[in-house]
Amino acid sequence: MSAAANLTRHVVAKVGDIPENGSKLVKVKGRPIALFHVDGEYFAISNVCPHEGGSLCHGKLVGLIRSKEPGVYERSRPFEMLQCPWHGWEFDIRTGQSYCDPDSIKARSYAVTVKDGAELAEGPFVAETFPVSVEGQYVLIEMK
Amino acid sequence: MGHIAATGLIDCDIHPAVPGMKALLPYFDAHWQEVIDARGVDGLDLAYYPPNAPISARPDWRVPGRKPGSTLADMQSQALDAFGISHGVLNCLYGGPAMYSADLSAAICRATNAWMAAEWLDKDDRLRASIVIPIQNVELAVDEIERWAPDRRFVQILVLGAHEALLGQRHHWPIFKAAEKHGLPIAIHAGSAMRHAPTANGWPSTLYEEHCSFTLTFQSQLLSLIAEGVFTKFPALRVVLLESGIAWLPSFFWRGTKMWRGMRKEIPWVDASPAAIVRDRVRFSLQTWDLPQDPTQLDQLLEQIEADDIFLFSTDYPHWRFDGDDPTRGLPASLLAKALRETPLATYPRLKEAV
Repeated sequence: MSAAANLTRHVVAKVGDIPENGSKLVKVKGRPIALFHVDGEYFAISNVCPHEGGSLCHGKLVGLIRSKEPGVYERSRPFEMLQCPWHGWEFDIRTGQSYCDPDSIKARSYAVTVKDGAELAEGPFVAETFPVSVEGQYVLIEMK
Repeated sequence: MGHIAATGLIDCDIHPAVPGMKALLPYFDAHWQEVIDARGVDGLDLAYYPPNAPISARPDWRVPGRKPGSTLADMQSQALDAFGISHGVLNCLYGGPAMYSADLSAAICRATNAWMAAEWLDKDDRLRASIVIPIQNVELAVDEIERWAPDRRFVQILVLGAHEALLGQRHHWPIFKAAEKHGLPIAIHAGSAMRHAPTANGWPSTLYEEHCSFTLTFQSQLLSLIAEGVFTKFPALRVVLLESGIAWLPSFFWRGTKMWRGMRKEIPWVDASPAAIVRDRVRFSLQTWDLPQDPTQLDQLLEQIEADDIFLFSTDYPHWRFDGDDPTRGLPASLLAKALRETPLATYPRLKEAV
């Protein structure tokens, strides 16, 4: 484990469970976590929107839209921004930071890794209720 | 005289009244002189300030036989000298900009600007003025700005609170481009060319409702300027709201910022909160404010607005906004420290040249 000793890795999903540009809601230690899959990468942020508590796993993944001047729309980072389904606040799925106020309003994000089942068989990790077999790959998140 | 004993007051909203079309006639060309005479065009005072209505002039400023605020001598004795004003910005509310014919509007605006230059600016070097423009035709409006911009005594451009369309819309941009180029803020004054009802539910029945609903008009225009990206496109442009009141600002900030957080993708050029944009680029005249009776509530309001450098001293002469000789009565000294002089000078680059 590369992280600090007090962090534990939790197996939360099997690769393939989360469709491309889609999401999955998981629970770790009772906390709801929204998992996302974009172009072979996986991301995890708290499912609770820091604004009013909207369920972020139900939000849409969209591109980052910026503009240098009125009438010009520049789209980058396709599907890497999450829009809360309630009020549309945008969060960077890589950091959880809100677009409009990145320093003070953010959704908690968690480090994600993908491991082979065979590797996981050697531990250490916490699978809680999630069954792991040596076949396939798994998504793990780090949490205290 | 209370707070205003300080010297060097800058009054950002004084209204010189056009005595009548006869006074403007020398400033039209022969064609328009004939039109004005033949049609009997006259009495174009805006409906908001009918000359005989109480609000249109303080009783002690009324002089029998002439329209309040229509002579320089009255303005000097009643306001400039009385309040110790070092510089005053003339905002003429005569109806030229409201005409339906853009050509007639342009002719009256041109005559009004020429009249202000000759009858007021030339005669008292404390005075500055706003250029009035025929905004219903953007080309003619820009022509009028270009005509007067070389005269540095014209320090801003004046438009009515409501006209044909929301101000931020792109067809108006040549006006903002000219304004920015010449260092002229755009002032929006309470008033309407009566193209649209002042409420979103149609025409009100009373003048009272019309005056109360000014704040809605101002908010619509300010929102339009922000959302359409005028402040992004013209980074040096400043906007001045005259007689807008300020008590609506906290809710405008809160709602504007909340909605921006959720919907800013529609207007991605707005890359700061509406509140931040307003604090940075928009200024507000003091008269007329909606003051709470409890002064501690004013302190709360100012705390919520979170800016002490966005207010401009104004008397709104000759309109009846206050009695006595202190137009700053009721306002906290901390606020007035900047509003009386510092913020006006920071708002009007051309005024700064003169002092």
